[in-house]
Amino acid sequence: MKRGFPILAIVTALLLSFALYQALIVAPTEQTMGNVQRIFYYHVPSAWTAFLLFAINFVASILYLIKRSEKADMLALVSAEVGVVFCTVVLITGPIWARPVWGIWWTWDLRLTLTLVLWLIYVSYLLLRRFSTGGKTPMIAAVVAIFGALDVPLVYFSIWFFRTQHPSPVIGAGGSLDPRMAHVLLINWAAFLCLAWLLCWTRYELEVAQRRIEESQAMESLMEGLR
Amino acid sequence: MSFFAITRATLAKDIRLEWRSKDAINAMLFFALLVVVIFSFAFDPTAEESRRIAGGLIWVAFLFAAVVALNQTWARELRNQVLDAYRVSPAPANPLFLAKAFGNFIFVSLLEALMTPLFIAFYKLRALGPAWELAPIALLGTWALVVNGTFFAAISLRTRSREIMLPLLLFPFSIPALLGMVNATTAVLTGEESAKFWIALLLAYDVVFSTACLLFFEFVLEAE
Repeated sequence: MKRGFPILAIVTALLLSFALYQALIVAPTEQTMGNVQRIFYYHVPSAWTAFLLFAINFVASILYLIKRSEKADMLALVSAEVGVVFCTVVLITGPIWARPVWGIWWTWDLRLTLTLVLWLIYVSYLLLRRFSTGGKTPMIAAVVAIFGALDVPLVYFSIWFFRTQHPSPVIGAGGSLDPRMAHVLLINWAAFLCLAWLLCWTRYELEVAQRRIEESQAMESLMEGLR
Repeated sequence: MSFFAITRATLAKDIRLEWRSKDAINAMLFFALLVVVIFSFAFDPTAEESRRIAGGLIWVAFLFAAVVALNQTWARELRNQVLDAYRVSPAPANPLFLAKAFGNFIFVSLLEALMTPLFIAFYKLRALGPAWELAPIALLGTWALVVNGTFFAAISLRTRSREIMLPLLLFPFSIPALLGMVNATTAVLTGEESAKFWIALLLAYDVVFSTACLLFFEFVLEAE
């Protein structure tokens, strides 16, 4: 692997430990929710990172359809995979936070539902890639990724209207964020972005190696057939 | 041959095939009937309650039944390599897609026309809102299911276990359309609120995905 990789790994480790310290010790305790609120520093950055990765998946898919470059396809695959991981973190930390604060594990609120539907869409995208046979997987995967991105605004508006029609019993956080909290939040986001980058990079190199092995195996069996 | 002629020829061929074999429509009708009966056993509502849940039940039954028909759409063309022949012919891809989508639209509409009276009888339904709004809801909703369903069925041809892949792709992507159909129907049945927003949402969904399907179908057909 390239030389930048260990540097990024060290930076990520340092930043993650610093962010952990900031979130658990430095950040002020929230007045009404108490220490439970600190999950906020993991929940929100994970969500932002997941959405960013899904956006990267969309751009990479368009790039693939235009340029047909294998790199764009691998970037699309990797960003969707790591995005689903971060989205899963959001969907798990959310209920853990909601239960003590709202008294319920789940509510069909706009943001929760949107995140869940996004998760479903990208899991089905990954399933398609897994199930797909033949050499044209990148092409149909790119098309489905674009369909997924087109679906997002429609999902947003449908749930938005669905929910404004039936107001949820839960009162959102609202108000402004304490600047000290915002500061810790941003540090955590930076750490999570580094982690996402590191994961994507590792997964990307893995994919490159895997494809190379598959190619050479195909070549070998071809040669054997010729002999 | 012109765009329109290819669409018409393919559509006529599919309808003739279906008329002679009745494979898809029989399976779909019986499946939908089973869903209706099982739902009536599973939920035993009063007339007042059924008005609230019937919109959801009807569309879920149609969605499940439509998957049965959609899975048949392209499978028929794989036998005897019809799809390969189409691919090497100079005919453009989009008329083929449109013909398949129209064909499915006709089959699913037929199913809905036959199943709706049963639903009305089993659930003792009577619309309290403007009943004429159910017509655009049914048309737009059916097209929403069918246009993406036809497209994803073509995509799932390229996968292992394609029969299971189609619902796995279609259901998550259809969530906004399903919300639209169900809430619009419920709004009309209960007469408590206007269905206007949901009809507009369905229309937007149809326009967006019909355009996307026509733009990208060529990529899917050529992918082999």
